[in-house]
Amino acid sequence: MPAVQETVDQVKAIDVDQYKYGFSTDIEMELAPKGLSEDIVRYISARKNEPAWMLEWRLDAYRRWLTMREPDWARVDYPQIDFQDMYYYAAPKSNPAPNSLDEIDPAILETYKKLGIPLREQEILAGIAPEKRIAVDAVFDSVSVVTTFKEELRKSGVIFCSISEALHEHPELVKQYIGSVVPTTDNFYATLNAAVFSDGSFVYIPPGVRCPMELSTYFRINEQKTGQFERTLIIADKGSYVSYLEGCTAPMRDENQLHAAVVELVALDDAEIKYSTVQNWYPGDSEGKGGIYNFVTKRGDCRGARSKISWTQVETGSAITWKYPSCILRGDESQGEFYSIAVSNGAQQVDSGTKMIHLGKNTRSRIISKGISAGRSQNTYRGLVSAHRRATNAKNFTNCDSLLIGDKCGAHTVPYIESKTASAVFEHEATTSKVSEDQMFYCMQRGLTQEEAIALIVNGFVKDVLQQLPMEFMVEAQKLIAISLEGSVG
Amino acid sequence: MNAVTPIRTPAEQALIGAFGALRDAGPAAAALESLRVDGFARFEATGLPHRRVEAWKYTDLRTMMREAKPLAGAPDASALLAAKVAVGRLPRVGGSRIVLIDGHHAPDLADGGPLPEGVSVSGLAEALVRRPELQALLAGQPATRENTAFALNNAFLTDGLLIEIAPGTAVSHALDLVFLTSDGAAKLTNARVVVIVGAGATAGLVETHLGPAGTDYQKNVVVQAIIRDGARLEHGRRQLEGSEALHLSTLEAEIGAEAHFDTLTLTSGAAVARNQLFVRFSGENARATLRGVSLLKGRQHADTTLVMDHAVPNCESRETFKHVLDGEAHGVFQGKIIVQPIAQKTDGRMMSQTIMLAEGPAMDNKPELEIFADDVACAHGCTCGELDEDLMFYLKARGIPSQEAEALLVEAFAREAIEDFGDEGLGEAVEELRAALLASVTDWMLART
Amino acid sequence: MSLLKIKNLTAKLADEDKQILNGLNLTVEKGQVAAIMGPNGSGKSTLSYVLAGREDYEVTGGEALLDGENILELAADERAAKGLFLAFQYPIEIPGVGQMTFLKAAINAQRKKNGLDEISTPEFIKLVNGKAKELGISPDMLKRSVNVGFSGGEKKRNEILQMALLQPKVAILDETDSGLDIDALKIVADGVNAMRSPDRSFVVITHYQRLLDYIKPDVVHVLSGGRIITTGGPELALELEAKGYADIVGKAA
Repeated sequence: MPAVQETVDQVKAIDVDQYKYGFSTDIEMELAPKGLSEDIVRYISARKNEPAWMLEWRLDAYRRWLTMREPDWARVDYPQIDFQDMYYYAAPKSNPAPNSLDEIDPAILETYKKLGIPLREQEILAGIAPEKRIAVDAVFDSVSVVTTFKEELRKSGVIFCSISEALHEHPELVKQYIGSVVPTTDNFYATLNAAVFSDGSFVYIPPGVRCPMELSTYFRINEQKTGQFERTLIIADKGSYVSYLEGCTAPMRDENQLHAAVVELVALDDAEIKYSTVQNWYPGDSEGKGGIYNFVTKRGDCRGARSKISWTQVETGSAITWKYPSCILRGDESQGEFYSIAVSNGAQQVDSGTKMIHLGKNTRSRIISKGISAGRSQNTYRGLVSAHRRATNAKNFTNCDSLLIGDKCGAHTVPYIESKTASAVFEHEATTSKVSEDQMFYCMQRGLTQEEAIALIVNGFVKDVLQQLPMEFMVEAQKLIAISLEGSVG
Repeated sequence: MNAVTPIRTPAEQALIGAFGALRDAGPAAAALESLRVDGFARFEATGLPHRRVEAWKYTDLRTMMREAKPLAGAPDASALLAAKVAVGRLPRVGGSRIVLIDGHHAPDLADGGPLPEGVSVSGLAEALVRRPELQALLAGQPATRENTAFALNNAFLTDGLLIEIAPGTAVSHALDLVFLTSDGAAKLTNARVVVIVGAGATAGLVETHLGPAGTDYQKNVVVQAIIRDGARLEHGRRQLEGSEALHLSTLEAEIGAEAHFDTLTLTSGAAVARNQLFVRFSGENARATLRGVSLLKGRQHADTTLVMDHAVPNCESRETFKHVLDGEAHGVFQGKIIVQPIAQKTDGRMMSQTIMLAEGPAMDNKPELEIFADDVACAHGCTCGELDEDLMFYLKARGIPSQEAEALLVEAFAREAIEDFGDEGLGEAVEELRAALLASVTDWMLART
Repeated sequence: MSLLKIKNLTAKLADEDKQILNGLNLTVEKGQVAAIMGPNGSGKSTLSYVLAGREDYEVTGGEALLDGENILELAADERAAKGLFLAFQYPIEIPGVGQMTFLKAAINAQRKKNGLDEISTPEFIKLVNGKAKELGISPDMLKRSVNVGFSGGEKKRNEILQMALLQPKVAILDETDSGLDIDALKIVADGVNAMRSPDRSFVVITHYQRLLDYIKPDVVHVLSGGRIITTGGPELALELEAKGYADIVGKAA
């Protein structure tokens, strides 16, 4: 594992603060007036030239949202959010809807370059085997600034574009599927998102098509006092396959910024969606000042028989994480998977997990969750596995392990396991332990420093989940985990 | 506490009325007055818990307790006579038998000879006058105090039993404590027993709960156990209530240094049962083993909710619960292991397993770990499914009829929770209880169809 | 010249008061194989842990010089880099961490501290495969997680493999014979014997003489009550085997 060495070098190379994506880009932005009202909802919809039904859909959600209360059941603690004290729309002024890279503000291109996200197809093409290529949708604050490899994907019938574009180009698909997995009434943040979402990615894979490359969206929050509300919709038609990656970063700021996204996945008969997230929003400083509130609703609907949805997440960032990527196993013999690594350090709070809702016959699900708490952080796994009466022969296996580093942090496990079917077989196991002193001593006796030893042992602890990530992200994730744990020992 | 519901259900109104009547009847036991007022205030603030109260998510008491029966008074002569017959039919497990009828101590029904040396039984109200320090104990641990069933028990606290085991005493036979609800019109029984096991003492206690079948009586029982340093308490519990009964039970235990508490509950009675355990370590190097077996059929509902609080370092707890569900029964297990920040070197392991014997039952599990200390080894496990088909086939291939094969496998399943109960403690008395519990598993299985 | 010199070493468990090592003196010459024998509870394992730098132990006095330098203030990894190797009595399992990953990390940690470049992957694989073959370690064992699912014998062979890869100046073998059958013992002993050299010293800690039939010591020390109470040639081990510890311990006391 060269990553161990690389990781440690990288950790050392970072100065005072460990967050390396904390810079901000100085660029002229168009902002909606501060605050939230029906007018703002209309403003956003108008900026995007949306069809009338979309505006109505948003307004319905907004009115509904006004009657809702923020959920308080998660083990997270934060001051009341003032929803009138933020911007709901921020787009680069220069050209909010560029047709080619040449029309994009160079400052934005520079930003993505610094983040290590390739946006120029020819640069990506150079010296990379075709199967290793990744198509990127880059979302900057409220808008998608570019989507790469669109043309090439179109050849195989794959639609990959921003959701704003999809509303114009493929309104029938959007209308059919949007809100069909996460209804506008779902929960406080999802409803807010439905009212004010500004952009996000749209993917449609036609029947029988195996998407020729990895798709990805890279989310970047840049502007101050701005919430990011993106909405992603992925539809895998019968017998298709897609692997999708999501990455996120934000500048270091003293204020807390809200990110309330919605992701909907639909897998029809025999289709498979693999969704991976490397979430590295700014976590705030070690005292808990600043950082992103990451309140996200992600849900996949295995709508067709034998369909499969697999969530993999590496959560290292955000001041607060509140997210439960879930699977509705509606189709007979459908499968859901959830692989998660959640690392918390400093004053971070994580309340994350999944729901596996077995509705169809012979459905299967698997949950592997690895939580690592360090510093003064609180890290909670919260999950639901349920089998309804019809879900005969449903099977679930759940394993959630927590690792504690230091005596000021907390690790909690709150699973709900509900079975209404005798033939359903549910197995759940959870453990909590600390990094073993024996293991540390053994590694150090062989010459590894304390930090190297921790990195090695933690990488071993999360290996089962890391293996689920696409190869190129595995090494990245490994480094990220070690960086996140920097300063947690000694 | 913010969910104040101005609309009271009939049951809530009846409970409020009953409290008023009790207060107006004058200070029957003045020493208990402040506890009653406090308990009632807590109940009044929240009302009966419902599914949106997280701790009662799966047992919506507001719906399940549609009405509150009148509070049971002391049994009259004819009730005592009938009770004597009923209690007489119940084989004793252990030594001296102590009987409570409708929550009231019935010394005349005691059996099994005089109390062993070092064991004393007294009335709670009277004891509280002599020993005001018991007040804090009766008020409950912070977690228990929040609980509505416990608050209601305090609200209607008119008396109860205090059982004390003198320090250093080794009681060779378990005390056989019988809680009987008498025949006649359905009533609400409020029962309270406090057990204090003195330092270094060893004792056993077996509770048996029973009442008339076909009557929808209600019982709210609280047992508080204080196990002082170096002491050991083996606690067995058979819940064999009548088929229509509502049974609320709270067991609170505080375990001192190097003490050991072992408890085993068999649940097979009542239409609705909620079995709560609040166990806390208050001294280091102590051990607790909490276990239970639930056998549910028809439309029975039984909820086991436990909180194991590791409040000090170096303690070990084991929680093992087995659920066997038939018909359209609904089983619930909520178990939480808390490891407080100072409780380093905690070792806690919890397991909840379910077998469903029919298509109709439902099981809800919520095993939780809440951990604030790093040097710990904690785990929980949970399984749910049918009897192993391969095993069934194997037994049938050896000529064992299906029903017997099921009984054998279920007994083996339950045995894991029962077999090492009280292993290091009381010998014979516990052996009898183990055998009785295993036999009731087999009987239950064979009587199923 | 002495490679390891321990002077008046006293040590205890960090959270207990009782001293386990009580002024231990020991000199191990370059190229020497020194056996340390002693009854249970005499402080044998404590000595190995204290030398290797385990934090549960507290050194309360004395010093331990490795090649003339006091190592007691160094962290465990720094001591390892200076050429001190401990073959554990109970090797530790590290789930999820591949054997090869671990071995490479250890070799590179040592190389880095000594100002060398990282070992190249082909060179590393060749090195490990060669040593593994000599020790009868199967390619399958190299694919598994560190010590996970290894038998007692496999774990001990794995320790010797690590020793062979790290080429220490001083190797401490802590009860390496425990839990080994005679075949495994021979493999382990052969591995150690193959590494004997005029520049390397071994401290072989054992309760039984048996191991010393296969790893012939130059000198035998008897440890009791946290001190070396007597020192002799290989014949001392045979005497202990014949008469038991009580006799010698009693005499010295």
